[in-house]
Amino acid sequence: MSPWIGRALLASALLVYPHLASDFWIVSVGAYAMVLGIIALSLTFLTAYGGMISMAQMATAGAAGYALAIFSAHSASAGMALLPWPWAVGVAIAVGTLTGILIGIVAVRSHGIYMLMSTLAVAMIMFYLAQQNTTILHGFDGFSGVAVPRLGGVSLRGPLPFYYLCLAAAALLYALVIYLVRVPFGLVIQGIRDDPLRMASLGYRVWLHQVMAFAVAGFIAAVGGVLSLWYHGGISPGSIGITATVNVLIVAVIGGLGHPRGAFIGALVFVLIQNFAVDLVGSDRYNTLIGFVFLVIVIASPDGLTGLWRRLRGTRKDSLDGGVVTQKL
Amino acid sequence: MLSRKLRCLALVAGITAGFSVSVSAQSTNIRIGGLATLDGPFVALGQEAFRAMELAFEEANYTAGGRKIEWIKESSDGRPDVALTKARKLIEQDKVDILIGPMSGGEGLAIKEYAKTAPTRTFVNGFSAAQETTLVSPAPNFFRFGADGAQWQAGLGNYVYDTKGYRNVAVVAGDYSFGYTQVLGFMSEFCAKGGKVIEKIWVPNGTKDFSSAIARIPNKADAVYIMMGGADSINFLTQYDQSGAKQPLILGSNVSDQTVLSAKGPFQRRLVGLPSAHMVADGIEDAVYKDYVAKYKKRFPDGLSSPSAPFYGYYVATKAVLAGLNQVAGDLSGDQAKFRAALSKLRLDMPAGQVSLDENRQAIANIYVTEVARAPDGSLFNKVVKVIPNVNQTLGHPREAFIARGVPSRDNPSCP
Amino acid sequence: MKLLLLATLNGITLAALYFIVASGFTLIFGMMRVVNLAHGSLYLIGAYLGHDVAALSGSFPLALAGGALGAALVGMAIHYFLLDRYQGDDLRQALITIGLSIIAADLLLARYGGLSYQFELPEMFYGSMPMPIVSGYPIFRIVLIGLAIAVYLGLWLLVQRTRFGIMIRAGVDDRHMLGALGVNVPLISTLVFGLGAALVGFAGVVGSASLSIAPGEDARYLLSSLVVVIVGGMGSLPGAAIGALLIGLAEQIGLAYFPTYSIILSFVIMVAVLAWRPYGLMGRPA
Repeated sequence: MSPWIGRALLASALLVYPHLASDFWIVSVGAYAMVLGIIALSLTFLTAYGGMISMAQMATAGAAGYALAIFSAHSASAGMALLPWPWAVGVAIAVGTLTGILIGIVAVRSHGIYMLMSTLAVAMIMFYLAQQNTTILHGFDGFSGVAVPRLGGVSLRGPLPFYYLCLAAAALLYALVIYLVRVPFGLVIQGIRDDPLRMASLGYRVWLHQVMAFAVAGFIAAVGGVLSLWYHGGISPGSIGITATVNVLIVAVIGGLGHPRGAFIGALVFVLIQNFAVDLVGSDRYNTLIGFVFLVIVIASPDGLTGLWRRLRGTRKDSLDGGVVTQKL
Repeated sequence: MLSRKLRCLALVAGITAGFSVSVSAQSTNIRIGGLATLDGPFVALGQEAFRAMELAFEEANYTAGGRKIEWIKESSDGRPDVALTKARKLIEQDKVDILIGPMSGGEGLAIKEYAKTAPTRTFVNGFSAAQETTLVSPAPNFFRFGADGAQWQAGLGNYVYDTKGYRNVAVVAGDYSFGYTQVLGFMSEFCAKGGKVIEKIWVPNGTKDFSSAIARIPNKADAVYIMMGGADSINFLTQYDQSGAKQPLILGSNVSDQTVLSAKGPFQRRLVGLPSAHMVADGIEDAVYKDYVAKYKKRFPDGLSSPSAPFYGYYVATKAVLAGLNQVAGDLSGDQAKFRAALSKLRLDMPAGQVSLDENRQAIANIYVTEVARAPDGSLFNKVVKVIPNVNQTLGHPREAFIARGVPSRDNPSCP
Repeated sequence: MKLLLLATLNGITLAALYFIVASGFTLIFGMMRVVNLAHGSLYLIGAYLGHDVAALSGSFPLALAGGALGAALVGMAIHYFLLDRYQGDDLRQALITIGLSIIAADLLLARYGGLSYQFELPEMFYGSMPMPIVSGYPIFRIVLIGLAIAVYLGLWLLVQRTRFGIMIRAGVDDRHMLGALGVNVPLISTLVFGLGAALVGFAGVVGSASLSIAPGEDARYLLSSLVVVIVGGMGSLPGAAIGALLIGLAEQIGLAYFPTYSIILSFVIMVAVLAWRPYGLMGRPA
């Protein structure tokens, strides 16, 4: 059986889905899972192929979101946008990518659990900066009522346009990751993950390649940040705080840090739990459920749901996989 | 392989269909969503909010205007993003007709903006008190039956100037918009009288140890105005007490709330006699109010020693919704136009006095200037020393002039 | 001058608290290479249990013991049932403790509600004592310094001067060799974890006696412990002391002179230290 049939089925299901579901299922579940999945993808890319872990991906997405909010029309700007929206989006993605590079420069000084913590510190700096700066970043309240652009009279935030926008972005970024890990740059990154010393002695600049991987992750997160801003219609320090930061890690781990598809599976599961745990457990203890699901997955399968799926089917790792990443880090 | 994938898809489709069917089966019940914080820094307030809605619904026997009421709860954690996600779920998935909430300022701003995109539903604010929510570009379907953070301080500036005789005051307050708003409410009276706010110390959210902020309080201040949220204010009060500082305190509305007064600790002895102001006071000597407190204590024996301000906020909001529904006999047709018109014209007699709305659907209500006192059973409460009737959002100033003063911030207003 | 002196004193006393909280974290990491991200939850568990004991017995020393013991038992259970089998798998252990901290926070909320709690300190520790220049200073904050020094010396003696300490250090260097010598290594590990948890439970009672207990304190103290031990070097006791001093002073002097961005300062120090010495001031690569 060709894997292409499965892929074609999945693609057509994703394309047809919004015509079967209600607005809530299209946007608040479908599109939002893809937005969250894109941000988690930036982390999964780093872990699966770079053997690096970053807690600053939500902050990176937030940097792009804040940049876009500043240049867009919002509730405190009297309907005025500082830049036409295509420019603003360009600036936002540039800011996110640059943030990724700067974080990378600091992060690659250490590795493993130390990298996790140094990136967490960077994320907290960005969080408190957003909270304390009132002149540019609007302090504790952040931005609300951010205008979402219209294309040919259609608001990009309408259920169908927004869903397809997110789907297109997710598909393109996923394809970008799959492409990158097959070209020389990606192979070098994976070589560094497996044996940095050997790669260094082969003449590769380990440091530079790792920072470039952070740049790619920054770009991916920035796209997620732009979509997230449009989804929420605003951004505030809470959007990049410790809870949001840990949530990205939870999403990536639930889905599986070993393969980019894990980011989206994790995001879907997370969004479903977030929305429906209250109905399931019937009480206010939905955080216990999230924590429990997370714990069970971490214990049962270090590769998350994608790894579990593979193990249940008993198939061998496919060539793209990062394998049991947690032990590599 | 193929069949497994197909089965998978069928399952997903089934789940989706199941959810959409269960909702589209339009019932004749009125669905009311409640949004409060059962997570994050405002947990204690969220618990009070849901108690309030529960009591108000029980008093109405879960009916209004001849229709049954279905109550759907959602919890936020105080972050605007999360409040928005949960509000979307309530409106779009649970199809509530009316949403009551949220709890805090940033959430309120986000929900107001969201309300503009859901014009067929009605939003009634719970306890969020940011000034801009209703002052600047209000949403036509967003109602606030509670006073805002600046209104809450009405009368306090005059009281401490005239009665306490304070002339120079230092401010120590949380460095976020609610802090600015309350300080503005206090200063607009105090400065107009000729009082001076000689130093403002803004403490970042997330600060645990306030001792160096306390060290900065100038000696020549007659009193210190403080405003922080929940646990932070308890930390501040304890450290202030331990530091041996002698200056009397003036309490922002959050600091004199029952969620702080009910917390046990040695700082309590420092509180007696301190002035504050709020839209409700647990020392109101009035039969209606006492009846309200008695109902609270009977219904929630494990609750606080008397209902808190967030309880009052959500209680008034729920009562307003019920009264509006009764007036239109449960008729929510025409995108709720009739119901909204009824809400706008409501004059509600609430335990802490009458509430009506201005043209921006913002409450005009009584404000109570209080002093903390000790009840015979040893618990602390806010004794009413003055009632300021019918305080409006512009604190008695003409609207244009008030808006022209600008939004509250670290430096606005200023009278050093 | 008075402000600078007060801010410095506040910084040192805050550092004392940070050191007590972080000592358990650094002990567990130094001896076992486990990054215990449920550290903040153990802090909260210790604080709440201590509060219960104090409410029942009315005794502050008993509260300290109760908080430490309760946290130790929880910590040992976590280690025995969940962490020990993943020895050497850093990230997985860290993830497990993240999951536990999410559950613990929610369950503690269910049990204790959202209100803040405080301890009634013994009268002799409450209030302020006379001091030159600054006129008065809170007694309990001075007590904190004494407690921090006691914890430091106690840990140092335990690790350097006792048989138990020798076994711990041997276990760090070669776990298998130690096992081959007939020492029950899993038991030693669980005991060390319990000791670290007891320290943070103790810190929970001390910390909430000087401030207060409320939901959310777990994340605050986890973050401050992380910053302190990362700056100082994970696993190093002197490192934790130096890190705590740096961070405590930075926070308090920052709050006194430039409050707006003071809260960022400690994280900036952390990033700067990591960029210069990736394993902290006193740390060495794992």
